[in-house]
Amino acid sequence: MYSRHSWFGLLWRHLLIWLGIAYALFPAIWVLSASFNPTNTLVGQKLIPARLTLEHYRTLFSDPTAPFPTWLANTVKVAGVTAVITVLLCALGAYAFSRFRFRGRRSGLLMLLLVQMFPQMLAMVAIYLLLLELGKYFPWLGLNTHLGLIFVYLGGAMGFNTWFMKGYFDTIPRSLEESAMVDGATPFQAFWRIILPLARPILAVILIIQFITSYGEYILASILLKGVDRYTLAVGLRFFIQEAYNRRWGTFAAASIMGAIVIVLIFLPLQRLIISGLTRGAVKE
Amino acid sequence: MIWTALLSTGLKIVLLGILDAISVWAAVSLGTSGSYSFLAGLVIGVIIINYLALSTKAYPFRYLFPGLVFLGAMVVYPIGYTVYISLTNLQTGNFLTKAQVIAQLDGRYYLPPDYESFRFWAYRNDQGALRVILIAGDGRAFISEGDRLKSVDLDEPQFERSPGGIVERFDGYRRISGPELYQNLSLLERLNLQYGDYTVRLANLNEFRSYRKQYQYFPGEDKLVDIQTGKVYYSKEGYFTAEDGTRIEPGFRVNIGLRNFISVLTSPTIRKDFTRVFTWTILWSLFTVLFSFAVGLGFAMLLNDPYIRARFLYRSLLIIPYTMPAFISALVWAGMFNTDLGVINRILGNLFGLKINWLNDPFWAKVTLIFINVWLTYPYMMIVSLGALQSIPVELFEAARVDGARGWQQFWKITMPLLLVSVAPLLIGSFAFTFNNFTIIWLVTAGRPAVLGAATPAGATDILISWTYRLAFEGAQGNQLGLASAVSIIIFIIIAAISAVNFRFTKALEEVSQGV
Repeated sequence: MYSRHSWFGLLWRHLLIWLGIAYALFPAIWVLSASFNPTNTLVGQKLIPARLTLEHYRTLFSDPTAPFPTWLANTVKVAGVTAVITVLLCALGAYAFSRFRFRGRRSGLLMLLLVQMFPQMLAMVAIYLLLLELGKYFPWLGLNTHLGLIFVYLGGAMGFNTWFMKGYFDTIPRSLEESAMVDGATPFQAFWRIILPLARPILAVILIIQFITSYGEYILASILLKGVDRYTLAVGLRFFIQEAYNRRWGTFAAASIMGAIVIVLIFLPLQRLIISGLTRGAVKE
Repeated sequence: MIWTALLSTGLKIVLLGILDAISVWAAVSLGTSGSYSFLAGLVIGVIIINYLALSTKAYPFRYLFPGLVFLGAMVVYPIGYTVYISLTNLQTGNFLTKAQVIAQLDGRYYLPPDYESFRFWAYRNDQGALRVILIAGDGRAFISEGDRLKSVDLDEPQFERSPGGIVERFDGYRRISGPELYQNLSLLERLNLQYGDYTVRLANLNEFRSYRKQYQYFPGEDKLVDIQTGKVYYSKEGYFTAEDGTRIEPGFRVNIGLRNFISVLTSPTIRKDFTRVFTWTILWSLFTVLFSFAVGLGFAMLLNDPYIRARFLYRSLLIIPYTMPAFISALVWAGMFNTDLGVINRILGNLFGLKINWLNDPFWAKVTLIFINVWLTYPYMMIVSLGALQSIPVELFEAARVDGARGWQQFWKITMPLLLVSVAPLLIGSFAFTFNNFTIIWLVTAGRPAVLGAATPAGATDILISWTYRLAFEGAQGNQLGLASAVSIIIFIIIAAISAVNFRFTKALEEVSQGV
């Protein structure tokens, strides 16, 4: 479908791509510049600051009204715990669906497929009331607790990831486990010692995708977390910048850069792995 | 070998015993606090765990159970609960159950014309129990005993009286006054002392008065009588309502069947909001998918061109919007589109002297949202298109060229149909995702600008999910949880329909591709 281009053909193609890159990077560059710009309002900002300053980054770590380090730590904690437990539980479930034959297997798989079509946030009212009620008896699991939020995220993560991982386990040949079991390994040992190491790529993909998903989740976190010191980054940043673009822009920009860099640094080196996971997932094979 | 097996069995039984012991303790505390639904959940859960651990037949379920617990508790149960709430009138003013409302109304009193006032002295003993002695205007004395009030003769010997006649001590109780009295005010306020038909309560810091109960509930006829006025109220639509239509606040939650759904779909005022929000939700999803696919496919075609160098670098730069967390991008764009301060208006102002009210004008707010979401979504479209383009066999194009097909013809006749086979389900998936993309809407415009005269708090850029959120958590009319849940269910039906179409569509397209 492609043929060698004339110099003009090459020129406009490269120009178009660079135009696209400018479009893609414009907000990022603008925010990067704002984060080093001495002024803290949108109006005074120039693309190339007259003077570079780290003041906004310093403010981030010292302003008590906006506990940015706490928010970042909360987010990493919630997303990290969710991701690790998701991988473990989904691997267990996927192993059962992939390797065992038992009554209810087919209907279980079908249920999984149907349930994961339901966006969990649609049940936000019910989840809110559930945690409100739970909190009366188990305060560490109620509203405004990270554990409660983690539990909610875990529920939402189970369906799709188990389904996804089962597909991968199906592609791992059974011969290795079978020979191990002949040598006396229990099914659990076969799972732990053989399947999990072989499935490392998919475990990594799900770990990272789940981390990124929980990291950026807004709606449930904003409903369930009510104390400023409990906020995740998404809820906290909105709280911080809402109606305050004219006086907190610089600090907000620094926070955005810090918050985004965590994810971009995970994403870029592993982009092929993650993208293969994301696009494959969307097809729901 | 046998030893490890024995050890693991022993360990299992010990752990199970510990778990069961803890569960019994938790069950007792749940049972005494009256939370029977959680108690039922706990009992069922523990029985399942024991069965799974002890039965060999249930072996596979040991692997499934941990995940199923979370799936059940945080997805399946909330789905069922959402359906239940959508059939009730749960909202601000109707949060309590009927029993709770009756209990609350039972605690309301009025001051009858013939009321009596009492001076009072308060006493505490070492256990912290509180009692009061009341002196009526004519000098009669009363003492509290539990929640009753009894006549008492203060000349009896157990009362130690000061020279002024005040009782200072009795039966281990010591009079409290001054600051100590104020500290115990909440306990005093809670006293409801029965005396005949009257309830004697603290009226102000100096006196108790004899009140009467305002309401009496007759369970047999399900009616509530206002004793003061004699008015009769029957429970109707979640309120105790009199013949003339007056209601007693608070209301209680009742099952109202499909009325929430009916009012969303037929009530002239709410339906107007629903139609407007629904239309915009569809347009928002449609335009996002179309434009981002067009942009993404365009870049994919360029990046797939083997004669262009540095393609990997270009690709990495072009997917940057996809790698940034969406909530950060949304907030940043919202700042850049700020009408007075944002860089976009500054550039437009310098170049063309334009100042567009990006976020507060209904039309431009929609344009802005779609623009931002296209920026966020095109890298995904680019990536999937790139993958799909690479899977199209080159021979097809060679053959087409031999047959004389030109560039655009090749694109529309070969590239697009083959591309759509693999990409169409993703486009539909993306449509469904955008349909519920709360984060972008909420962080950029939060549904604003507000629409004047709307029956519900639905702004000009609210999509269905943000409307739901607003109904449930941010409305001026309080929390309309029942109505919000009904809208949730409607959204789910739409999403389910889209997914069903998607499954069909995929098959249909596969058949098409076999024909090529």
